[in-house]
Amino acid sequence: MAGQFINLLASILLLLAFAMLSQRRIKLLVSLFMIQGLTLFTNTIVIASTTGQAHLYYSALLTLSLKVVILPWILFRMIRQLNVEWDVETLINIPSTMLAGIAIVIVSFNLALPISHLAGTITRGTIGIAMACVLLSLLMMITRSKAISQVIGFLSMENGLFFAATSTTYGMPMVVELGVALDVLVGVLILGVFFFQIREKFESLDLKHLEKKEE
Amino acid sequence: MNVQPIELIILAAVLWIVLGLVGLAAGKHVGFVRSIVFPLGAAAGLVVAASAYFSTGIETEISLLGLPDLPFHFRLDALSAFFLMILGLAVFGISSYSAGYFRNEKEHIGTICLEYHVFLAAMTFVILADDAFLFMVSWEAMALSSYFLVTTDHRIAEIRRAGFIYLLMAHLGAISLLLFFGSMGGNYSFDAMRGTHLSGMQATFAFLLALFGFGAKAGMLPLHVWLPEAHPAAPSPVSAMMSGVMLKTAVYGLIRVLFDLLHLQLWWWGVLILAIGLLTALFGAVFSAVQSDMKRLLAYSSVENIGIVFVGLGLSAIFRAYAMNSLAALALVATLYHCLNHAFFKSLLFLCTGSVLHATGERNLGKLGGLIHNMPWVAWTALIGSLAIAGLPPLNGFVSEWLLLQAFLFTPGLPHSYLNMMIPVAAAALVLTGAAAGYVMVKFYGIVFLGQPREEKLREAKSAGGWERAGLLWLSSGCILLGLFPFFVIDHLAGVTDFLLGSRLPSADWLFLAPISSERASYSPILFMIVTLFATVLVFLLVRRFYHGRVRRAMPWNCGYPVWNARMQDTSEGFGQPIRQIFDPFFRIGRELPSPFDTAPKYSAKSEDRIWLWLYLPFAGIAERLADFFGKIQQGRILVYLMYNFVTLIILLLIVQ
Amino acid sequence: MSAFGLFTQLMQLFLTVLIAPLLMGWVNQCRSWLQNRKGAGIDQPYRKLGKLFKKDAVIAKNASPLFRGVPYVLFGSMCLAASIVPSLATDLSFSKAADAIALAGIFALARIAISLAAMDIGTAFGGMGARREMLVGFLAEPALLMVLFTASLISQSTSLTVIVETLAHRHVEIYPSMAFAGIAFLMVLLAENARIPVDNPASHLELTMIHEAMILEYSARHLALIEWASSIKLFAYVTIGIALFAPWGIAQSADWAGMAFALPILILKLLVAGFGLALIETVLAKQRIFRAPEFMGTAFLFGVLGMLVHFLLGA
Repeated sequence: MAGQFINLLASILLLLAFAMLSQRRIKLLVSLFMIQGLTLFTNTIVIASTTGQAHLYYSALLTLSLKVVILPWILFRMIRQLNVEWDVETLINIPSTMLAGIAIVIVSFNLALPISHLAGTITRGTIGIAMACVLLSLLMMITRSKAISQVIGFLSMENGLFFAATSTTYGMPMVVELGVALDVLVGVLILGVFFFQIREKFESLDLKHLEKKEE
Repeated sequence: MNVQPIELIILAAVLWIVLGLVGLAAGKHVGFVRSIVFPLGAAAGLVVAASAYFSTGIETEISLLGLPDLPFHFRLDALSAFFLMILGLAVFGISSYSAGYFRNEKEHIGTICLEYHVFLAAMTFVILADDAFLFMVSWEAMALSSYFLVTTDHRIAEIRRAGFIYLLMAHLGAISLLLFFGSMGGNYSFDAMRGTHLSGMQATFAFLLALFGFGAKAGMLPLHVWLPEAHPAAPSPVSAMMSGVMLKTAVYGLIRVLFDLLHLQLWWWGVLILAIGLLTALFGAVFSAVQSDMKRLLAYSSVENIGIVFVGLGLSAIFRAYAMNSLAALALVATLYHCLNHAFFKSLLFLCTGSVLHATGERNLGKLGGLIHNMPWVAWTALIGSLAIAGLPPLNGFVSEWLLLQAFLFTPGLPHSYLNMMIPVAAAALVLTGAAAGYVMVKFYGIVFLGQPREEKLREAKSAGGWERAGLLWLSSGCILLGLFPFFVIDHLAGVTDFLLGSRLPSADWLFLAPISSERASYSPILFMIVTLFATVLVFLLVRRFYHGRVRRAMPWNCGYPVWNARMQDTSEGFGQPIRQIFDPFFRIGRELPSPFDTAPKYSAKSEDRIWLWLYLPFAGIAERLADFFGKIQQGRILVYLMYNFVTLIILLLIVQ
Repeated sequence: MSAFGLFTQLMQLFLTVLIAPLLMGWVNQCRSWLQNRKGAGIDQPYRKLGKLFKKDAVIAKNASPLFRGVPYVLFGSMCLAASIVPSLATDLSFSKAADAIALAGIFALARIAISLAAMDIGTAFGGMGARREMLVGFLAEPALLMVLFTASLISQSTSLTVIVETLAHRHVEIYPSMAFAGIAFLMVLLAENARIPVDNPASHLELTMIHEAMILEYSARHLALIEWASSIKLFAYVTIGIALFAPWGIAQSADWAGMAFALPILILKLLVAGFGLALIETVLAKQRIFRAPEFMGTAFLFGVLGMLVHFLLGA
């Protein structure tokens, strides 16, 4: 039963990754990221309660506070301050991006097969999905041109990694996890500063302005 | 006297050749050729179909003709019998139709008659051949006779060009087949080939050659280029014959090689065929949606259908390679069923375009429309054909699609994880193709037969004559019957799968089609039709009973716009526009848009194949440069030529020494 | 074919045909409430049908017999669709005649029939509507099939009754692949029934309409049949959705008690589903027509993903 529930959560994560891939509005993107964090939190709790790994509860709490509360709050605030609340990205051809996504899912599942054979966790079936989530986030970063959505892609990639870690080995050591969390937080803050700098310079957050060399 | 079916079939083929010669001799008497020779040929087609249907087991025959020490070998087994049945059934319809169609061909009727009947005989012999020699001779005869038929109107430059491309591709394929037979261990008769054991490399080599050779004839991507050129150029009964039957001989050849001649099976062969088939199907569907010439549209739709056939074939080959014979049988049954269906509906539609062409002189969709009023016979039979080809229940196209999807759905864990996951994706692509076929057929039918006539002259269009109607009726009733009574065909196909795979589908009762078990899937076209028809009629009667049937005729409402003419209708380009937009990268689009100030605005859009640009034009460029080079050598002066001879002689002597 | 099977079959069919307009009325009423309007009452579709049946049919002078026949065919095929989708019970006699693939075939048949009829008169709007409808269908039909395939893979059968019986299994099982299928199905449902965001059922603005553009030339009893058929279609879609994603409570065996129990549950589910539909239509805006392929393509790919996830997770 718990296994089925974990599978369901895993596929919801995959669903969210695809939803992010095909979402144009930046505000909704942040909400999706929040739901992703929530799913991750639920998943960690379920794993913790079925396997009795106490440290997973802490990392679940960490997930909840960082990825569901703090980071989305920072992002929303940033969006409001940068005044890009209604920004719509010009994505070219969502279906073909999704087709590429499907190919990624197939490939990553096959890549994960040997790992899942090695892993002894109850969650080993979901390793492929975790890998797919990481790669899909990377794909999302490739297809976006706005700075904020790239950051969201980066964050959701970290989510995928976290998910992969929980499903292969029931999570990383607490120290590592805390370190990563701190890194992410600081990273977002620094990037936030960058955003303001970029916008001040170019009056837009579109990264294609960075392509031009300084004269 | 006890006549074997194989003898009857050979006799019918010989009769065709004789009829062709008679037609040539009596070329002056158009009426005689039309109403005696062609109907006799049609009857011979029925004989072929009947003898093929009733044949059992394997029959062989060795003819007296042939090279010294190399007599022709004929063989009739379950597989060739099935394809001969397709041939015979289609010929009956198409020949009857031709009896009416060629009434305007006063000059060439003799030559057309000869070429046409030789074409039929050649296809028969291709299917009957049991040795490489007879096979190649008939294959070439088939290619040449059809080439001459394609270039019937050889005065038009475009048609000459189409014929040239066709001939070129046919010969590329033929060379590949020749090499294939050469690679089969140096054997000459098919019997000996069955006995040879090739190594994996050799077998793969042979398979690839065969795939190229037969694929070129079938219209497989990227060798399909001749198809949309040759089909529109040929007279309609010939297009019907080429599309409905000749493409099937290539499928026959591939099945023969894959399941019968090559004893070895590698799993990736099936995957290759499946992948090519999917690409071909999708490509054909997308391209047929943007065509503006009705016969080109149908030609691309043939490409699509061949793609579907290849998908089934590839799936069957994959299953067979993993020794899942019952599933291989299911996929093969679907494939063969689709071949039979395609022979019926595609021939039917090509014949319908022939009637339209005769009545209006137009092939361009932009100049047709509203023909359902003047040509009801053609229009209603074309409706059956269009619905069938769109894969709608309860007609025949749906049955084969249904069977194929069943084969896809019940793929129980192939021992290869990538493959396992590609299968649902392939099924999805197949379904997409099926839906695109619906789009194409609405476009085709709606623009040709519905709406208002786009040209004034269409109002005088005359419906088809008696012979034509007979042919159309035969083919369209075939579409309905094959859709309603799939049991009989599937029962008959059990012989083929027994012969090739040693496995057959579980026999079902005649009402329900249940290829695996009725728990898993069942479909009953008859019940389907009865319920729908009953509900339809009941509603009609109820409405009449409780309300009324009063009708007033008026101008169309059209949102209240007072001006209303035929040019306001959707054009064929307009209808294809969404598909063109979605699949934009597929096409090389040349578009001409009028400016707002044009007094005589003209809009044109042309969507071309990128494959021409990427694959064929470079080759053509190389060929041209080579030709230029050789052109330089060729001086045209006899002295120079003598000098070449002299130099060559000296060099040879030096080498030999 | 048992007598009970035939009885449940006929009962389900008549019930479906009769209450289908009610669902349409309920959705419209909910939408009115959500938009702060009073609404016309949930029996409005019946009044409309009655009015239309009484009127004289006005037909364009160049209409062919095809044009007049299509409404009946449409209605007949929707009746078949309504009779094979298990809504009340799974013991249905006709369900062996057509499985999930044939169901998609029926919808395709209806779609192609109405598109051809739309092109028959030869007006600008008819052709445009037909083209758009076929465009939506071109992607929606495969998406629907993908959803149904995902369910068939779970139950190892394409027969709708077997699918529902498997999914309505006594002990609860979670099928993650159905999460994807659910999203895809919702998108297909909206597109196929001419709802926002693909089409607007209330719109008569010429340039944006799809379904309405096709039936512009119909009037009186023909229009009534078409409207009725589209409400049956909506009903059929909603019941497919219920059957696939919330099948609990359907009568599985041949017993009267099960049937008596199934009816109120079905009505409850329909009410909830209708409200949900109205809510979606209220919060979403209609997309540009050029976005429709993207929307449908996304639905199709979600359906494909559902099948893939089934293979990935083995459930």
